[in-house]
Amino acid sequence: MNTVPLNYLSAAGERAQTTLPLTYWTIGVAVVVCTVIAALLVAAVRHSAARRGGSIEMRNAPLVSGGRGIKWISVGVGVSLIPLLVTLVWTMVALAKESGPPGDAPLTLDITALQWWWQVQYDAAVPDQSFITANEIHIPVGRRVLVRLHGGDVIHSFWVPQLAGKTDLIPGQVNVAWLQAARPGRFRGQCGEYCGFQHSHMQFEVVADAPADFERWRAHQLEDAPAPMTPEQARGLQVVEYRCGLCHEVRGTTAGAITAPDLTHLMSRRTIAAGMLPTGVGTLGSWIEAAQELKPGTLMPDQHLSANELSDTLAYLETLR
Amino acid sequence: MKAPDFRAPHVGPDSLPHQARLLELWETAPGLKGFFTTVDHKKIGIRYIVTAFIFLLLGGIEALIMRVQLAQPNSSLLTPAQYDQLFSTHGMTMIFLYASPILSGFSNYLWPLIFGSRDMAFPRLNAFSYWVYLAAGIFLYTGFLTGNGPNDGWFNYVPYALKDYNPGLNEDFYSLGMVLLGISTTVGAANFIVTAFRTRAPGMSINRMPLMIWGTLTASVANLLVVPAVSLAFFLLWMDRQFGTHFFDTAGSGQPLLWQHLFWIFGHPWVYAIVLPAMGMVSDGLPVFCRRPLVGHSVVALSTVATMILGFGVWVHHMFATGLPGLGLAFFSGASIMIVLPSAVAVFAWLATIWYGRPVITTAFLFFSSMILLFVIGGVSGFMTASVPVDWQLTDTYFVVAHLHYVLLGINVFPVVGALYFWFPKMTGRLLDERLGRWNFWTMFIGFNLAFLPMHLTGLFGMPRRIYTYQDGMGWDTLNLITSIGSFVLALGVLLLIVNVVKSLVRGPVAGNNPWDAASLEWSVASPPPPYNFAVIPTVASRHPLWESRLKESELVSSIDRGMLLDDAKETIATTALDATPHMVLEMPEDTAAPLLLAVGLAVVFVGMLLKAWPITGVGGCIALVALLIWLWPRRELREREPSPGPVREPIHG
Repeated sequence: MNTVPLNYLSAAGERAQTTLPLTYWTIGVAVVVCTVIAALLVAAVRHSAARRGGSIEMRNAPLVSGGRGIKWISVGVGVSLIPLLVTLVWTMVALAKESGPPGDAPLTLDITALQWWWQVQYDAAVPDQSFITANEIHIPVGRRVLVRLHGGDVIHSFWVPQLAGKTDLIPGQVNVAWLQAARPGRFRGQCGEYCGFQHSHMQFEVVADAPADFERWRAHQLEDAPAPMTPEQARGLQVVEYRCGLCHEVRGTTAGAITAPDLTHLMSRRTIAAGMLPTGVGTLGSWIEAAQELKPGTLMPDQHLSANELSDTLAYLETLR
Repeated sequence: MKAPDFRAPHVGPDSLPHQARLLELWETAPGLKGFFTTVDHKKIGIRYIVTAFIFLLLGGIEALIMRVQLAQPNSSLLTPAQYDQLFSTHGMTMIFLYASPILSGFSNYLWPLIFGSRDMAFPRLNAFSYWVYLAAGIFLYTGFLTGNGPNDGWFNYVPYALKDYNPGLNEDFYSLGMVLLGISTTVGAANFIVTAFRTRAPGMSINRMPLMIWGTLTASVANLLVVPAVSLAFFLLWMDRQFGTHFFDTAGSGQPLLWQHLFWIFGHPWVYAIVLPAMGMVSDGLPVFCRRPLVGHSVVALSTVATMILGFGVWVHHMFATGLPGLGLAFFSGASIMIVLPSAVAVFAWLATIWYGRPVITTAFLFFSSMILLFVIGGVSGFMTASVPVDWQLTDTYFVVAHLHYVLLGINVFPVVGALYFWFPKMTGRLLDERLGRWNFWTMFIGFNLAFLPMHLTGLFGMPRRIYTYQDGMGWDTLNLITSIGSFVLALGVLLLIVNVVKSLVRGPVAGNNPWDAASLEWSVASPPPPYNFAVIPTVASRHPLWESRLKESELVSSIDRGMLLDDAKETIATTALDATPHMVLEMPEDTAAPLLLAVGLAVVFVGMLLKAWPITGVGGCIALVALLIWLWPRRELREREPSPGPVREPIHG
């Protein structure tokens, strides 16, 4: 993994790669300007101190006037104009390249941001080829993916620094963005607009797979949850249908609500709680029991299951691969 | 049509009996009565400065608590709810309750003194503006201290601010408080505009006006145009919350983006409104310590106005990621890039002033000149966010937090502290300690840069703003620790300023009229100035009335010791807008409690609206009505009159 996961000074996709040289150019201009002005400031103070010769009390410091100061202004502004114009033109070129959805996208996703997680729907011409997942977005490497962004409650912002800059998800309108990953890998995403208590922990991951891997993943995601194999798992399913099913969906069972992340292939995802915890039986157990402590304000309530119920539930959830 | 009591003002020299007569006319009553009724712009100005400074300290303490929380990853000192209120209140405090009022304070105090006048154009409105500001500040902080502070950031996006997601009183306090504060800003701006155009000393034509006046005047015009947008936005928000209107609620086809447009069409001009007056302070203060006039006075004045005009066309750069059409983005991006140019004019004018001057390195000089560098750092990071594709990455990360702090501390706090060192002797009669001043400056300068320079990198490494904590392994740990340490060093610097102020108030060296040998009219009167400011109304013949004999700028000579006496009643002179030729004698109002009463009435109205207790609103409305009646009751002695031009003008250039 990248040591600085949200760093946008490295790019791994078409859009980020279009922006990055422009970012470096503006950083370069900024650093040069600051250095030049700092040098001029120091030089000006020393220059005039040298001409005066030693320090002087305010009261008897003589007044001066004249000088060719207006030249400073005209030359300074004239020189500043050059990088500004370059930036202006470059900005327009990059903007044209990045904006506007590609017409040739083979894959369209409908992403809905909710407090504080991401619902991802994979669209297909045939309804039964469409499915819903959460917080982990797989895309085929090298392909342009069209992303339709929906605001589910308040405003959020979709941001995968190494693939593309931010596009807001605003209730009442559908914004369109696109993604492309130039190499396989996992790329961290993060909500980019303040959205309440758990804005901090509203993360997701984009996984760029080789096309064959992506098709395999997609086929797997289309499957329903497997039937329970042991009595323990069967009791766990009852708990899931009775309690979790009020908000979550597990396809193939009666747990069918969609106000919270889809759990059908929960264990296939690398993290739970929108990027906050690594997926595992241990973390899942503490999440179910103490979500409010781990992520204060989250809409997932603490469940207060008995020890047996919890172990049964975990035994079942573990099968959702 | 001529008034029956028409007569020309007497012109003559200053004298002791004349001063005694003026003192009797102008002095505020001692004790509580005077405290609540004064309309003296100097007292009001100092109140503004002290109140705004207290808010600066409160906002600073909030910042320090947040920096403790963010010093390390996964910190749990604060809950998300507490953190959200802290960062929102910090922003609200610094931007609305400190940054603008502190500048109003300096302008209130200084303008009539710079203009050679005896008060602002509308002294009672001035008192009213302060009392409403105080009422709004207390109102907003009552929310915060009862756990109902704003919790949606200072720009308060909907739908999160709507009742569905924010059921508490938090947003009601914020929206109503902001509407109340908007009244103060609006009447203050109107007062500044009329004061600038109508009360300058005879001869101070518009091209002889100091740049601080240009800054505040430009900002005031902007405020008058844009504050209605934000007051409306907050009022609509309150309506949505309380009466189920659907301006912003998508359930009723409302538009969340409407909020953003209304807010930022105010918000971006506002950013210039809280830096242009401070830039003006530097343009006026820096040359004094460089012992020469500012290079390019007229160009800098024009660039001030140009910045503001362009500033009306850049607000969408706060909304680049909202999915607006590319063509629109391109326009606002271009305007945002080009707004660098007028700012560059000021920067090079300041640099050339130092280069061609003979700077005396005082604490004020250090604050003013370091501001040039901080301004440029804040400026170039702003230029980066102006480029749409770059901004799609930068926006809402700590890069923007670093940028806005360079702008607000660099172009507001540093010039303001410099201005304090510069004008403190005028306000109190005592100089601030220079040795402590050096410590004060270097601690603040190092602390500030230590805190905020590395923060650019924190942003480039992707840390989103407004997160109450962060996980380790993101590459942000060390940078955040450095920022937290820097913020405490900065706070120590501010503490040294307070120590210096307290110490110098008691034991500082006596300043005399003009300790810096400065050029403008305020330095021609005693420190602190008498209640009537000028015993005789001076006549101005150049940009630098107190330097003109040495600079030989013009053939004409300003008249400081001889001029209109205006001691028949509480009077000062009104002049024409451009040339500043005498136009009429202004009859100034006596001290009165009406402004305070009106402010109290309004505050009660707003408390009633907050609690939806309409009888309370009714009572407040009645108080306000009574106050207005007292205020507006016609009085014969307040009738303005035009002087005959002949006898006034004759001795002016004599």
